[in-house]
Amino acid sequence: MSLILFIEQALNGLQLGVMLFLMAAGLTLIFGVMGLINLAHGSLYMVGAFAAAAVAAATGSFLLALAASMAAAAIAGVIVETTVIRRLYDRDHLDQVLATFALILIFSEGTRWVFGSLPLYLDRPAWLGGTVALPFGINYSVYRLALIGAGFAIAGGLFWMIAKTRIGIRIRAGENDREMIGALGVNISQLYTLVFALGAALAGLAGALIGAIQSVQVGMGEPVLILAFVVIVIGGIGSIKGALVGAILVGLTDTLGRAMLPQFFGLFMEASAATSVGSSLASMAIYLLMAAVLLFRPKGLFGAA
Amino acid sequence: MKRETVLTAVLLVGLLVAPILASLADEPFLITLLTRAIIFAIAGIGLNVALGLGGLVSFGHAAFFGLGGYAMGVLAFHAQTYTPLAEWPFVIEGSQSMITGWIVAILVSTVAALAIGALSLRTSGVYFIMITLAFAQMIYYFAISFPAYGGEDGLSIYVRNRFPGLNTMDPLQFFAVCYGLLLIVLASVWRISKSRYGLMLGAARQNTDRVQAVGQVPYGLFLTAFTISGAITGLAGALFADLNRFVSPSMLSWQTSGEIMVFVILGGVGRLGGPLAGAVLFILLEHVLGGMSDYWHIYLGAILLGVVLFARGGLYGLIAGREAAND
Repeated sequence: MSLILFIEQALNGLQLGVMLFLMAAGLTLIFGVMGLINLAHGSLYMVGAFAAAAVAAATGSFLLALAASMAAAAIAGVIVETTVIRRLYDRDHLDQVLATFALILIFSEGTRWVFGSLPLYLDRPAWLGGTVALPFGINYSVYRLALIGAGFAIAGGLFWMIAKTRIGIRIRAGENDREMIGALGVNISQLYTLVFALGAALAGLAGALIGAIQSVQVGMGEPVLILAFVVIVIGGIGSIKGALVGAILVGLTDTLGRAMLPQFFGLFMEASAATSVGSSLASMAIYLLMAAVLLFRPKGLFGAA
Repeated sequence: MKRETVLTAVLLVGLLVAPILASLADEPFLITLLTRAIIFAIAGIGLNVALGLGGLVSFGHAAFFGLGGYAMGVLAFHAQTYTPLAEWPFVIEGSQSMITGWIVAILVSTVAALAIGALSLRTSGVYFIMITLAFAQMIYYFAISFPAYGGEDGLSIYVRNRFPGLNTMDPLQFFAVCYGLLLIVLASVWRISKSRYGLMLGAARQNTDRVQAVGQVPYGLFLTAFTISGAITGLAGALFADLNRFVSPSMLSWQTSGEIMVFVILGGVGRLGGPLAGAVLFILLEHVLGGMSDYWHIYLGAILLGVVLFARGGLYGLIAGREAAND
């Protein structure tokens, strides 16, 4: 494999990784602070993408579409949190899984009802179109490069918020001892709604950003949700740092695996068999990575031992 | 008799009478619908061994359901095309025999459940849920990207596999086969739950530390339950393949895992007949609501939400009281 192709695929992997981080960060925060496993996180991702596609079609502005995606997902998040999710915090994981599975059914069919079954398209803006010349003679999509930049910027902002701001301190305190910060006068239920809305907004933003590369359709959220699960299992549930490391590991493994494994098997197998074995193995690569991490670190790379 | 036992008996008798009536009324579609309910019930009974008896929230049982289905589909595929399944180290031919298919399906899903369980049970709680889901997803993507057995398009079984002495293409006779298996599975799970092992498993679910303190190994107890559970769900998958005469990766999808879980919850977790009641209810809802609206999943979601939030214990909890549900 040529160096150029390798670098391109590595950048693609990085781009997938930072987008997965936006999903995984919300999931891991919600689990860390509230102890809730939220399957409907993928639905919030879908809500963001549909809101962005609708607003972009109406106004033609990509930035407005992004703002709409975050707002719509956050509002959907607040509604769901106050009506359903709030009742689930002190239930066991089985109830949480089922209730949020029910929410997926409602969200998916509801969206299909409103928007129909045909996929929508969200165009990337003209000012992020085309390619940019990178060193080594690589031409890379400006939009994807912008995604990588935006992803790292948001990750940085999130780390800063959690480490330095008052709200971040409350979130960390909530992870450690929810009774105690309640006793200190922090409105726990407001804090929970806020964390849920923050996670939802990040998921919605990821949906809109990815929606501009892929199509916007019902059911787009769940494959990403499951990848995000793999990410936080690898990184350690509740750890934002783990989510970032896990997301980039998963993004790189998946993308590079798909690009390189068929070629690797091509070295000693005939071409058609190599493609079939290589692509099958590549589609399993991240799960094998997860199994390997679990063998050595059952609580993930950065999980509390 | 306890109300729970009565409810199970009523369900079983009802399921025996209904297809005969449907057959007399010349409504073969209804028989197929009931066969589907029974197959889903077997899958749910399988999951209930892990979920109800062992307290293991597996969100990846589609893996076993799909592997069971693929075992059947692949054997039939090789029999149909007259190609051997393997030539080395010895020749293995395909098969159109239902019983062979069941045995292979059970073997395959047992091995898969043993491997997935051995890894997943190193963790617990929410990790376990996500990991079982991820492993099922791994097999799903493998089935999609592996072209030899149809990839995304799945495999067709042109003629339903054979069972000695029966014409399995006749809906009523195939229903009878499935019903017989349902009885065998129900009886076996009942025996397991009352056995020394079953009691120990229940104890491990309630308090792992105490079970360990009396010298048992919870990991082994849970892994056994997970494996039995996967094997039963695999058998259901094999029947499902024969019912539709078609297997596809959608049997392995995460939605299937969710639905199998829904059967158990609608009926009642940990109740012997719970998945049976849940599967029948699910099929009824699908039939009735699906006839009213294309978007019937919204109503299913709302009902499921209602059951989880307000009617824990499902149908069995409502009708037979809660005595056994929250032991």
